[in-house]
Amino acid sequence: MPVVQLIHVKDVTDRQGVNNMTMSRRRFVKLGGALVAACIAGTTTASASQSFSGYPDRYGMLSDLTRCIGCRRCEAACNKAYNLPEPEIPFEDESVFEEKRKPYVADVQSYTAVNRYDVNGKPVYRKVQCMHCEEPACVSACFVSALKKSPEGPVTWDEKVCIGCRYCITACPFYVPAFEYSSTFSPKIQKCFMCYERIMDGIVPACAEACPVEAITFGKRSKLLKLARTRIWGEPDRYIDHVYGEKEVGGTGWMYISGVPFSQLGFPMDLGTIAYPEFTRDFLSLVNLTLVTWPAIFGGIYLMTKNREEITGEKPDEPETEGKV
Amino acid sequence: MSIIEIEDIRKPETSQNWINEKLFLGFTVKEYVKRLFTPFNMFAGLIVLIGAIFILERFIFGLDKITEASNEQPWGLLLGVGLFTGVPFSASGFVVGTAVYIFGLKKYRPVVKNAILLGFLGYLFAVVFLMIDLGRPWRIYYPMVISFGPASVMFLVAWHVSLYLTVQAFEFSPSAFDWLGLKKIRKWVLGMTIALTIAGIMLSTLHQSALGAMFLLAPGKLHPLWYTSYLPWLHLITAIAGGLVFVVVVSKLVLVFMKDRVEPSYRDNLDNITLGIGKATSFILFTYVGLRLSSIAYENAWGYINTPFGHWFLLEFMLFAALPFMFYYGVKIRNVGLVQFSALLTMVAIIINRLNISIIAFNWKLPGHELFFWKEGIVVLSVLTIEILVYRWIVNRMPVLSDETHV
Repeated sequence: MPVVQLIHVKDVTDRQGVNNMTMSRRRFVKLGGALVAACIAGTTTASASQSFSGYPDRYGMLSDLTRCIGCRRCEAACNKAYNLPEPEIPFEDESVFEEKRKPYVADVQSYTAVNRYDVNGKPVYRKVQCMHCEEPACVSACFVSALKKSPEGPVTWDEKVCIGCRYCITACPFYVPAFEYSSTFSPKIQKCFMCYERIMDGIVPACAEACPVEAITFGKRSKLLKLARTRIWGEPDRYIDHVYGEKEVGGTGWMYISGVPFSQLGFPMDLGTIAYPEFTRDFLSLVNLTLVTWPAIFGGIYLMTKNREEITGEKPDEPETEGKV
Repeated sequence: MSIIEIEDIRKPETSQNWINEKLFLGFTVKEYVKRLFTPFNMFAGLIVLIGAIFILERFIFGLDKITEASNEQPWGLLLGVGLFTGVPFSASGFVVGTAVYIFGLKKYRPVVKNAILLGFLGYLFAVVFLMIDLGRPWRIYYPMVISFGPASVMFLVAWHVSLYLTVQAFEFSPSAFDWLGLKKIRKWVLGMTIALTIAGIMLSTLHQSALGAMFLLAPGKLHPLWYTSYLPWLHLITAIAGGLVFVVVVSKLVLVFMKDRVEPSYRDNLDNITLGIGKATSFILFTYVGLRLSSIAYENAWGYINTPFGHWFLLEFMLFAALPFMFYYGVKIRNVGLVQFSALLTMVAIIINRLNISIIAFNWKLPGHELFFWKEGIVVLSVLTIEILVYRWIVNRMPVLSDETHV
């Protein structure tokens, strides 16, 4: 730590005599040391990235809720792709629809879940999983960068650096990430990773591949958005005019189109269109400013009080060791 | 019930043994152990023992054994109390240190060492709480050396808490060196006082406010009466008040329970110091109440006032609103007891505020919102008991409750 070293040097070279010279070298060096420390701390807390329009050619998913038949084959495929444990209720059993699973039921045994909603007497199915936000709250919360928005689109998690603080869970507006509380030595953060490895190998994510009715479409987000709009324009009676995820929380990688209002399907409707990292950006931008301003203000005030004492001839009011041997 | 570590007053210079003198307060080991069996110690020991069993359970079988293990409310009492509530009171070190060393307010010198010790222990135990709560605590140094996430407010908190813990260790070390009789190194550390104090201001102001800023990332989850973009500044102001009132309350407690360790310089000046702090706290809390009101106006959250959460908010707010007047009046009629009582009440208000933000008003929309698991409560209680025991151990040995010049 530079403060320590600098002050050490100064203390050895100085002795009693210098005590009366107010703006002595030692004091100057001391304040300098504080400033150096500030700069070091400052560089480590550089503010968040500037407004970000997203990686080009990133992938996304489009769920068409008018097509989904609630067969849960996507769940089964996901379970198989990630070698997750057998579910308590088999994938063919419709009794799971009696309660809403994920995100409101804590569950680390699955990355996705299909829930059934009864809208005007007709069942509507909604698949729940990580939304792969364009500028994710979880990524900006993660202070070891274990969570990352990959250029390909999926939000990934690095087990090697995660320390299990769970700020990502606190931050996620969709209540998606789950923590493996029951594991003592390697608790994992669990959520959908959009089959990042498969994408890198050029294979479509497991759920999209398994869907028998093409309710889940995988592709470049820009193209999916066009596809969503085309469907809405083509069949205005079948769809409501809203692509969920186009603008919500600054845009999500996973988007939905539906025949009934999203508010009736348990979608959070009050999230706004501001990307979550924006909420802390202003605060973080003050960090460096403060680190430099405070030493100036308080160092200055300290020297002023010192100076006053010298002028009036008072005994220096400072810790006893400041001069005396 | 007395809080003193052993029942008798120590014997003057009977033991020739240095270890006996330093560690066992001048008694032989046998005597010391025998005298440890006071009612207070037995009670404290019981709490610590039960807590230790639960902590062991957590490190063998996983966090879900002692916490709610919730994926909606991942932070429970361990962080709600240990980090978010404990740290504002630990501002004592930086606030009193600044007053004495930077602004040269001699009047507060008798309490400055105690304030710094309280701050240091507060941070130390915040880290202890964190170590219990983190999923992989052995990786606690990762944000410093292995992998950086500078866009996170928590990154700032982690860096600043660890740096500040180091700073406070240095700031407090002269008392420890005094105890060990290491005069040279004590002098050397004291030479850094000003630099350390200024570093303390930088680190404290930022991370006290950062603890509030952490919740800026959860706009939909924290109740609108508590969520405001002013959160960082509200946290900073309450921390300044919290640090001051904590010194007042603890000073009163040591005066009652650890009379033997209170030096005359400390005891004789305490009334004036308490009144001075009361005056300052009155002003600080006035500004807080003003900012809190304007935060409600700014976020336009008035509509929530007449709801159950609104009533709960009003209770918290009224408490804060009454405090500045109580301090003002207490100082005006020079009633030290009233100021001390107001200080205690301020602590209660801050505790309620922090628990509201981190636990009670968080996830307010979710049905069936559980607060915490009882075992987590016991663990928190037990760690706090250890903190008190450590504080007592140090105060019994080191010249904490005294003006530096009298050492």
